[in-house]
Amino acid sequence: MARLKLPSNSKVESGKTHRAPPGATNVRRFIVYRWAPDEGSNPRTDSFEVDLDECGPMVLDALIRIKNEVDSTLTFRRSCREGVCGSCSMNIDGVNSLACTTPIRAVKGAVKIFPLPHLPVVKDLVPDMKRFYAQYASIKPWMRAVTPPPPDRERLQSPEDRDRLDGLYECILCACCSTSCPSYWWNGDRYLGPAALLQAYRWISDSRDETSGERLDDLEDPFRLYRCHTIMNCTRACPKGLNPAKAIAEIKKMMVVRQL
Amino acid sequence: MRYRTALSVVRGAGAAKDGTRHWWAQRLTAIALVPLGVGFVVMMIALLGADYDGARAAFAHPVAAALWILFTVALFHHAQLGLQVIVEDYVHSLGLKVAGIIAVKFAAMALGAACIVSIIRVSAGS
Repeated sequence: MARLKLPSNSKVESGKTHRAPPGATNVRRFIVYRWAPDEGSNPRTDSFEVDLDECGPMVLDALIRIKNEVDSTLTFRRSCREGVCGSCSMNIDGVNSLACTTPIRAVKGAVKIFPLPHLPVVKDLVPDMKRFYAQYASIKPWMRAVTPPPPDRERLQSPEDRDRLDGLYECILCACCSTSCPSYWWNGDRYLGPAALLQAYRWISDSRDETSGERLDDLEDPFRLYRCHTIMNCTRACPKGLNPAKAIAEIKKMMVVRQL
Repeated sequence: MRYRTALSVVRGAGAAKDGTRHWWAQRLTAIALVPLGVGFVVMMIALLGADYDGARAAFAHPVAAALWILFTVALFHHAQLGLQVIVEDYVHSLGLKVAGIIAVKFAAMALGAACIVSIIRVSAGS
């Protein structure tokens, strides 16, 4: 059954406050979720006051500044700082997005930063993505064809066929969509989630792939696919502006059409 | 303690190769319920304040009776499909889940049968 209350060792307490240096004029407060497995204490939220005049424009800039200048134990993933690697996905002001492409000024008041919802936390803002990646692996994200490629060149794809992959191939697997989906929260062990399903549809749509039928067979399941109830949180969350809900709807359509 | 890789958990017992029929039936009954539901509401409003003979007259024609039986079947089938999804969404212990699905299906069939018998009896004029 669904658990309605957090266990007592999971209750989030309020933690330390780090004041801005005296003389700072453009101060913004960042409230950041903290938890470390080896401390043995409850999770807490620390407050950091950051002088925005001394800091880059994005939420990630503030986090890096906090780590460099205030508390080096603050732990988060980041790499490309331009929205192509998908590492710095987190829950910012109640919305899953990439810290590197979310401007601080887009948030009103204190900036609340939490890890992606409903994943086990490894430390601070770092969630355990093992299952998410396994779900991606389970949809076999590579081209499968029986016909051997021509001996003298690559498999051909027309520009029109290539266009069908637009809006699908751009996914960076940041997990913002899947972790914004209540169905994924309650049934993430069996529901594949919007990210994996968008990728499944990316390979079903590929004109060079010859296993669309097997791919549909592998998805035809009340939980793997049909836990999607089209509430479209995924589409709203996607920091790349993709539409996983539509990809899932297209898969359902193919399921019906192939038996009519 | 069980050691299992994430991939083995995700693959689980494999795809059930089912779910499309359930999803498709839910859409079809939803479409059917639009005209049937509007008709039902219109008739209920028309029958406001009517006595039993008035209600009987509205059900007397075989086409009317057939429509209300169709409405009943579509309604309870749709309700049962939807409630099953809610049980699957939120109930995670296997025993409770199976019990919930059985309860939903049996209740829908019992209520549907009671409605159909009532429609036939009123329509036949007893």
